[in-house]
Amino acid sequence: MHAIVDSLAMIGISYVMGFLFYGFYRQFNARVQRRWGPSLWQNFFDNMKFLLKTETLTHGPMFFLGPMIIAAGAITTVLFVPFLKDSDWLQGFSEHGNLILIIYLLVVGPLGNALAVGSSGNPFGVMGVTRGLTRLMGLEVPFFLGLALVMLQHETTSVHAIMAAQDGLAQWNLFTNPIAFIVILLPFIASQNASPFDVVGAPVEVYAGPRVEFGGRLLGLLMTQNMMMTVAKLVLVVDLFMGGAGNVPILILKAFSLFLLTASISLVFPRLKTEQTVDFFWKVPLGLGVLGVIATVWLPWGA
Amino acid sequence: MYHKSECEGFQCEQRMLEESLGQENAQTGLVDRLVGWLRQRSLFVLAYGTGCGAIEMRPLMTSRFDAERFGIIGAPTPRQADVLVISGYLALKTLKRVIRSYEQMQEPKYVIALGSCAINGGMYWDSYNTIKQLDHYLPVDMYINGCMPRPEALIEGFAALQKKIGRGEPSGFKRYRENIDWYKANQRRVLGENMPPDYTYDWYHAGGVA
Repeated sequence: MHAIVDSLAMIGISYVMGFLFYGFYRQFNARVQRRWGPSLWQNFFDNMKFLLKTETLTHGPMFFLGPMIIAAGAITTVLFVPFLKDSDWLQGFSEHGNLILIIYLLVVGPLGNALAVGSSGNPFGVMGVTRGLTRLMGLEVPFFLGLALVMLQHETTSVHAIMAAQDGLAQWNLFTNPIAFIVILLPFIASQNASPFDVVGAPVEVYAGPRVEFGGRLLGLLMTQNMMMTVAKLVLVVDLFMGGAGNVPILILKAFSLFLLTASISLVFPRLKTEQTVDFFWKVPLGLGVLGVIATVWLPWGA
Repeated sequence: MYHKSECEGFQCEQRMLEESLGQENAQTGLVDRLVGWLRQRSLFVLAYGTGCGAIEMRPLMTSRFDAERFGIIGAPTPRQADVLVISGYLALKTLKRVIRSYEQMQEPKYVIALGSCAINGGMYWDSYNTIKQLDHYLPVDMYINGCMPRPEALIEGFAALQKKIGRGEPSGFKRYRENIDWYKANQRRVLGENMPPDYTYDWYHAGGVA
């Protein structure tokens, strides 16, 4: 019973945080461009509208199963990331999982995307998926190297143990291991589909990217899972680098400040091309990651 | 002097169509109005730049008039769009593409006709190659007249459409479904052999259940 209520609460919190954060992002974006922008609730209305529309497309069973796979991956990820530290609530099934499992779950989304879009046969969609998988090749290596650095530092794969090790502000991994934070931050921006690494859904260029063939309810489902996945990733980075959160307001504050950082970065940089993105990831974050591994493992002043 | 206040002859066809739906006295329940209230806050626009009216859509969507503050934002594909904006005259060649785009949109969907060319032909009244009255080929929900209407007028038209959606009234796509034979006959009359493929309205062959 506790597990069911807890899971529903986690799903609800991640959804509400998701649409409010994205609503803020759209308004922030508008103010930077000197216009008023939509209300904070705009993403909620968009999502509800899509969920209330009809869906009359038929492209075979995989076209319908793909969004289900993506949404299942997002909900499972939410349930395996502990939202609070030292609490019975908002834990989901994180007791039974660890960072390695979360790494696997993060890849379910792009794979489901490729399956669904591939069966739709739309050339714009296939172009978007190709770009997405190419970018994934670039961003995954530094992202996992950054996570490996954190796991090496604490010699555990448990998110709970890593959170417990960061007691005060001075023990935050953000300050004790800044190289890992930078190595993770750049792929993290890309995995949120934010500029300058937003070449996958690039509006105007590839007609909405992988989602070109989705309209109606399936697109609504994809929007929902996207917002929940964003919050799951934000909370994961808060857990790993900012010491987790004791209660929900602190969690929202920490996740929001991280979101503000990534949003500010993505507002000022223009879009990179696919090969530029991969080049960048394999030079800057990966180079930093390799330096970090050398500093942590082999040098005498390392841990 | 001959002054005509009523429609006559074929001009009355449209009014007869709309009367059969009983739009004025439509009974809308609580759920209809709640769903309508949610829907009216978010309109994705497929701006089909058919004529010169397309030039007014740019300032509407960008920083100066900023339609995004009303939840109106451009959609990249017909699949994701709610509103089809026909901006100006429609050549026969364009009409075929517009019909196909409209049928690819997911319901509920709305059509806004922009400028006098889409209402009665405007300055293309006796052109051999453009249609005069868009409402004979696609169900139009809102007309914005002018040659061309300014972005302020467009915003007012969108706001009127949002009010109409918010009341949960039956809109054009239902008219299109119920009178598909009439619309297809009209389309066939101008397009002849060049009709768009019929798999975009295959619900018609499935007896309206698809």
